[in-house]
Amino acid sequence: MTESLPIVEMSDISISFPGVKALDGVNFRLFPGEVHTLMGENGAGKSTLIKALTGVYRIDAGEIFVSGAPTRLNGTSDAQDAGISTVYQEVNLCSNLTIGENVMLGHEVRGPLGINWRATHRAASEVLEKLGLGRLNPRAPLSSLSLALQQLVAISRSMVSRSKVLILDEPTSSLDANEVEQLFTVMRRLRDQDVAILFVSHFLDQVYAISDRLTVLRNGRFEGEYLTPELDRSSLISKMIGKDLVVLESLDSENAVRDHRHTDAPIYRATGISRRGAIEQLDLDLHRGEIVGFAGLLGSGRTELARLIYGADRIETGSVELRGKRVDINSPASALSQRIAFSSENRRDEGIIRDLSVRENLILGVQAKRGWARPIPRKEKDALVSRYLVDLNVRPADPDRAIKNLSGGNQQKVLLGRWLATKPEILILDEPTRGIDVGAKAEIQERVIALADEGVSIVFISSELEEVVRLSDRIVVLKDHRKIAEVANGPSVTADSIITTIAEEGMTDTSAADDDVKEIA
Amino acid sequence: MMSDTTPSIGRWFAELARRQYFWGIVAIVVLLLINVLKDPTYLSISVSPTTGNLVGNLIDILRAAAPIMLIAVGMCLVVATGGIDLSVGSVMVVSGAVSMEFLHSASGSVGDAFLAFGLAVLISAVLGTVNGVLVAVVGLQPFISTLFIMLAGRGLAKVITGGQNTAATNDSFRWLANGYVFGIPVVFILALLVVIAVGVLVRRSALGLMIEAIGMDPKAARLAGVNRRGLLFTVYIFSAVLAGIAGVFGTASVMTVDVSRTGYQLELDAILAVVIGGTSLAGGKFNITGAVVGALLIATLDKTVVFLGVSSSATPAFKAIVIVVLCLLQSERVRQVFRQRRASRPHTPQKEVIPA
Repeated sequence: MTESLPIVEMSDISISFPGVKALDGVNFRLFPGEVHTLMGENGAGKSTLIKALTGVYRIDAGEIFVSGAPTRLNGTSDAQDAGISTVYQEVNLCSNLTIGENVMLGHEVRGPLGINWRATHRAASEVLEKLGLGRLNPRAPLSSLSLALQQLVAISRSMVSRSKVLILDEPTSSLDANEVEQLFTVMRRLRDQDVAILFVSHFLDQVYAISDRLTVLRNGRFEGEYLTPELDRSSLISKMIGKDLVVLESLDSENAVRDHRHTDAPIYRATGISRRGAIEQLDLDLHRGEIVGFAGLLGSGRTELARLIYGADRIETGSVELRGKRVDINSPASALSQRIAFSSENRRDEGIIRDLSVRENLILGVQAKRGWARPIPRKEKDALVSRYLVDLNVRPADPDRAIKNLSGGNQQKVLLGRWLATKPEILILDEPTRGIDVGAKAEIQERVIALADEGVSIVFISSELEEVVRLSDRIVVLKDHRKIAEVANGPSVTADSIITTIAEEGMTDTSAADDDVKEIA
Repeated sequence: MMSDTTPSIGRWFAELARRQYFWGIVAIVVLLLINVLKDPTYLSISVSPTTGNLVGNLIDILRAAAPIMLIAVGMCLVVATGGIDLSVGSVMVVSGAVSMEFLHSASGSVGDAFLAFGLAVLISAVLGTVNGVLVAVVGLQPFISTLFIMLAGRGLAKVITGGQNTAATNDSFRWLANGYVFGIPVVFILALLVVIAVGVLVRRSALGLMIEAIGMDPKAARLAGVNRRGLLFTVYIFSAVLAGIAGVFGTASVMTVDVSRTGYQLELDAILAVVIGGTSLAGGKFNITGAVVGALLIATLDKTVVFLGVSSSATPAFKAIVIVVLCLLQSERVRQVFRQRRASRPHTPQKEVIPA
């Protein structure tokens, strides 16, 4: 890390939106060849700052210098011209094109007869090679890759445009440990080529593993800039939230074992359920007041199993008993009417409806359950909405705002409210804490425990094994679309022991173990 | 040019000007003004001394707008689900054929008029169900499914009438299209009532919300428990029934079904009316009032073309030009150009108001 001139310097940046001061005199510096992490809670202004730097928002006050020269960024093309490229929270690529076409999009090699595809693909594979992704075949369709690898493809794209600054907004939120390591390898290679990387992540471990420098924002204000080794975790967190929270203590603690033995008849019992390509035959019991964690790598079948329970995908074999009675759950609507709710991991595509208001998003579940012919009376609706907005601490608590304008954590809370409003007896939460900040995460975790205490049966799915271990009473371990183990939680159960279980299962096929490019079938 | 006058005319007008269908209203006014330039008495409405009914060009426009209003409202709902219904014109002719064929062999009683109307609506609902099955159950694209009914429908009408343009006499049935209540054409009153009923139903129940949800994001809506299949059925049947009523209106005015002309290309008018009204063909948010404004504009345009004596061969081109201009005025990009020329206010971001 050379203390040379910053490639990007943003000084005293302010941006206001109607009613909100999103950024208030924020400073930010980015040096070549460093990974600089932007830290802050949801709504602290991280995304706004990034959007100012990428030309999406115009700044109201302050100045942006790129390579020392004052620069006006009026639109994303200005930012790209200045050598700033971005990989967003959710991947924006063309999944129907090949990997090579995606890497080279807009920079195809041209010959006398239009695009020279062979040369284009060769150039693409050179770029991939340089980033340690030489295994990828540039002619394979992008859709054949896992989300994680797609993201790496998106990053390689910014190499092609010879970016000096690379912005990675929450690139790790959907990755498992292996994939994160792979991403970090790519990031380090880029850093060694003097690319300045602006990184945003909610995972503290990752932040400390990769970043050289930190800038902390709180409520749109600049809290400070630190060299990573000089700021320990607890002081970082207290700078982010502005106070020392006792809650945070519990976040670091080992599994808060909720000494619950569930011997009563299960509310949900699946026998031999399966679906081709999704889940191989398995049995599953869920009890009232119990938190069952699904653990496994990305693509192990966690989500697929959840979707089977909810009827989002049809069960092909096996049977399901609910409250002792045989039932046929073949659609989300039928699951809801049986008081099963499912919050998808894919908040953007399968959760919120972007253009509807917070209120409409919140009541959608209840309304769907009632059917369109029986609208919720106005008064009841208002009471319901304001109750959940307050209860779940949604900010801003404005029911008429379009939900797309809320931060990720708040969108997640609204979705949680949507499901809670349907009064579920079985609640399946797929990655409810992904991509949201520590504060909101703690709130959601506490809520999950409270719900279980009220007798709701909860299925909790998370890529963060620590979180699964901390919350669950029982953990179902999945691997390659099979259930490989089921463990009652206890002091001996740790994230490491779960990982060992996964790793040691079927040790005979060692070839699969070192295949760190894990593709979802 | 027009926008310069907005600030002075008060808040109501400013509110109206922000609506998508504002330019539709402007276009209607402009077309009427053009007609007035040609004939200063164009807008005058008189009371017919013999019948006590209102007579005038405006009344004619309302009468002509009635069927378009009906199919436009149905189309509006279908479009909001992310679909399209190309079959409405053909459903109109089938409905007309069925009612005429029935009345042709029946007596001229009021009861028969009711029966004819009921039959027409019934057969339309059946056609709508076919659309619904193809779209919601089979999962064909709405364009193809309804294109199929569009082609088959006209054939079916010919089969029903044996290829004839069947005519019939039934005064009650004729009254539907040509009668007056309080001096206003029955057909317009009925269309308006149906439209208002649909509007109230859609907005007071949760139907509107559900339709928007599946139009905006079918995956998320399904996972939220919204019954997409049932809704699509409802909406396509709705659209067909409204088209069936429009078909009755269309044939009752002349008491003849013209198997090749009745409802011909009216699906295009309906789609245009919906778009003019500010409902995006991509689905999602819809605007029934807008669709009605669009229908009124189409009717005004049709009358204007005739009144100005544009040759019939040039009529489609003339219509197209007016509509293209209108769509340009509505497009976000063109509006932005206007806004930038007008405003010196500081820039505020359009989207994503709250920082994440």
